[in-house]
Amino acid sequence: MMRGKVALAAAVAGALVLSGCLGQQEEADSGRNADAKDVTLTITSNSVEGGKNELGAKWVNDWVIPEFTKRQKDKGVNVTIRHDGVGVDDADYKAKVALDFGTDIGGDIVEIDGIWLGEFAQGGQVRPLEDVVGEEVDGWDGWEQIPDAVEALGEFEGRRYGVPLGTDGRVIFFNKKLFAQAGLPADWQPTSWEEIISAARKLKALPGVIPLQLNAGTAMSEATTMQGVLPLLAGTGSEIWADGKWQGGTEDVRAVLDVYEQVYRGGLGDPVLQQEAKGRDRSFELFAQNKVGMLLESDYFWRSVVDPTTGVAKMADRDTAVGWAKIPAMTSGSGVDGQDFVSMSGGSIRVINPKTEFPQQAWELLEFMNSAEATKARLGDTAQITQREDVNAEVLAGDPMLSFIAEEVLPLTRFRPGLADYPKVSTALQQATADIVAGSSAAEATAGYQEALVKAVGEDQVSGG
Amino acid sequence: MASRDTAGLGVGRAVAFVSPALLLIGVFLVFPALWTIYIGITDYALTGPSSVAPSVVGLDNFVEALDDALFTNALWLTVVFVLGSAVIGQNLLGFALAWLLRGARPALRRVVEGLVLLSWILPSVVVAYLWIAVLDRDGGTLGALLGSPGTAWLVEYPMASLVIFNTWRGTAFSMMLYGSALAAVPPSQLETARTVGASGWQTVRDVVFPHIRGHVLTNTLLISLWTANDFTPFLLTAGGPNHESETLPIFIYQQAIASGRLGYAAAISVLLLLVNLVVAALYLLLLRRRS
Repeated sequence: MMRGKVALAAAVAGALVLSGCLGQQEEADSGRNADAKDVTLTITSNSVEGGKNELGAKWVNDWVIPEFTKRQKDKGVNVTIRHDGVGVDDADYKAKVALDFGTDIGGDIVEIDGIWLGEFAQGGQVRPLEDVVGEEVDGWDGWEQIPDAVEALGEFEGRRYGVPLGTDGRVIFFNKKLFAQAGLPADWQPTSWEEIISAARKLKALPGVIPLQLNAGTAMSEATTMQGVLPLLAGTGSEIWADGKWQGGTEDVRAVLDVYEQVYRGGLGDPVLQQEAKGRDRSFELFAQNKVGMLLESDYFWRSVVDPTTGVAKMADRDTAVGWAKIPAMTSGSGVDGQDFVSMSGGSIRVINPKTEFPQQAWELLEFMNSAEATKARLGDTAQITQREDVNAEVLAGDPMLSFIAEEVLPLTRFRPGLADYPKVSTALQQATADIVAGSSAAEATAGYQEALVKAVGEDQVSGG
Repeated sequence: MASRDTAGLGVGRAVAFVSPALLLIGVFLVFPALWTIYIGITDYALTGPSSVAPSVVGLDNFVEALDDALFTNALWLTVVFVLGSAVIGQNLLGFALAWLLRGARPALRRVVEGLVLLSWILPSVVVAYLWIAVLDRDGGTLGALLGSPGTAWLVEYPMASLVIFNTWRGTAFSMMLYGSALAAVPPSQLETARTVGASGWQTVRDVVFPHIRGHVLTNTLLISLWTANDFTPFLLTAGGPNHESETLPIFIYQQAIASGRLGYAAAISVLLLLVNLVVAALYLLLLRRRS
């Protein structure tokens, strides 16, 4: 018995000594391997041929890799690039990237959602480009082409960590065919929440049609916050983070949750869909099958979901069947800064893994991937709001939806606060909507949110309640 | 001393013989367990400041867990899952199959055993895909068979679906174990029971059960522990809707990977380990009392 205790104590002591390894990191020289003749680089992204973000995956595989390899060969450098592309839910991708950063096998250039930057930067998994690569980063001529608001996606505490891929805007997409059947106009543009609800009531009369898809619940993760809660909250005049505090269970949050209650307890949305493990993908399919009237999404929906050729839920008649409208504030003028309409924006960025063996070559590749030439190659004959203004000027005019986003929506939009605590707040918001979908009242969900938020970020960080 | 050394190896050689095994157990079992305990007393996280410099928070994680409604929920769901699908479901179905197949024609017996085994040996991902296809709301086989599509079984009845799923999934082991245990029941006693006119149930209770009690306990122990630690339900429901099927392993995964709280998740893992040890100790006690 005694011997057992001694052995246990020794083992615990051993573990404590070893525990110095938890979370440790070493500094490295940014000029390492700068003259190497054989270079291996890996690009990690959430895109895969035949699946999610197919265009992005094809661009990396069929354009970036061969072009860059060829150009380096001309310089006498033998480069091997691997694309570590997966096509999974954003939350799963984030976990993969976070785990990758903890090991030595992660990609050299890693695509992440700009909103994760705060956490990764505070954890040291991602470091400022200047530290990883050197000061020449600031001399890149591409920065001039990137608007400040977009560049901010790749910044944390005033320092550049990554290069954005572009941005997006959120609108209400609607099915014009269903609208016609319900007696609603094809150029529909609501000016208050009440008009959205009344359109939903009319759509409810159509059999087998879900009037409104307003993302809710924890299974949809960030899509709930970004496409549902935050645009509505902006419509009340509040932002989730203001004056150094997070929005607690205030009247404005309550007003947002009231909408959820109206939609999901009032038969205007499908509560079951919100709770299914793959509910968001299903909602896309249902929209493409003309079974959803209205759906709040980013222009990603137009580009990558219902696109007739490359979408994950293709809609052959997208160009005639899908309409879009700006998201109205609660009532005219009640939005943030007195706006009548609101939106939210985000975007992905590419960072360089501080553990890369070839920081200089990784930066060269990153520069190359963000050149005007590469950005145009990425789009092919599609359109997207890229990070580069010179490219946008050329490509957006050809696509009515994306030029609408660029001209009408981006001037109104807001970005999420890139703080390390944001994901916790987002989770609490998702849980509040999940409670409503599961049967709670808006009042109960608001109280639960306040409690969860205080627990997550501390009482001194929460306003109202 | 010499009388205890039945193998005649001597202490030195005996130690040499067991040390590879002990080393493996130490490296792959004892060390990870201690490591988990250590992480469990820190606020180690996947991202953010405490991923670089985790600090020791003592028993805070454990105290928080006991006060966390989601943890209590997960613990309760694990109990339901183990009792429903292992202790009752797999045990009874496995025994019933073994008992009924005893006298069946060899061909029939092989076919049934093959099918039951198939559900056990297929990879989890394949099985999960098949079950989602069966239980799907729009085009699910079950909905089509019942002639009433539109029920999202995994959303409306998540735990019931999982209990049935896991019973189906794991019965093969119990069936095989009971199959061989039943072969050890002396046929003469069964014969005697039949001549005195005992019913099927009376035979099982008074003749068969006393012979296989040890097997029942062993089987229940093993399948309970496997079920308590099973992660396959994640592939079906991901713990949803709204935590309604979030058993402890899934809760741990969600806390560690989705929320990035590695310290808290490690603390819960330790608690799950303790639950496992308590269950194992209980069964061992029962086994010992029997002998």
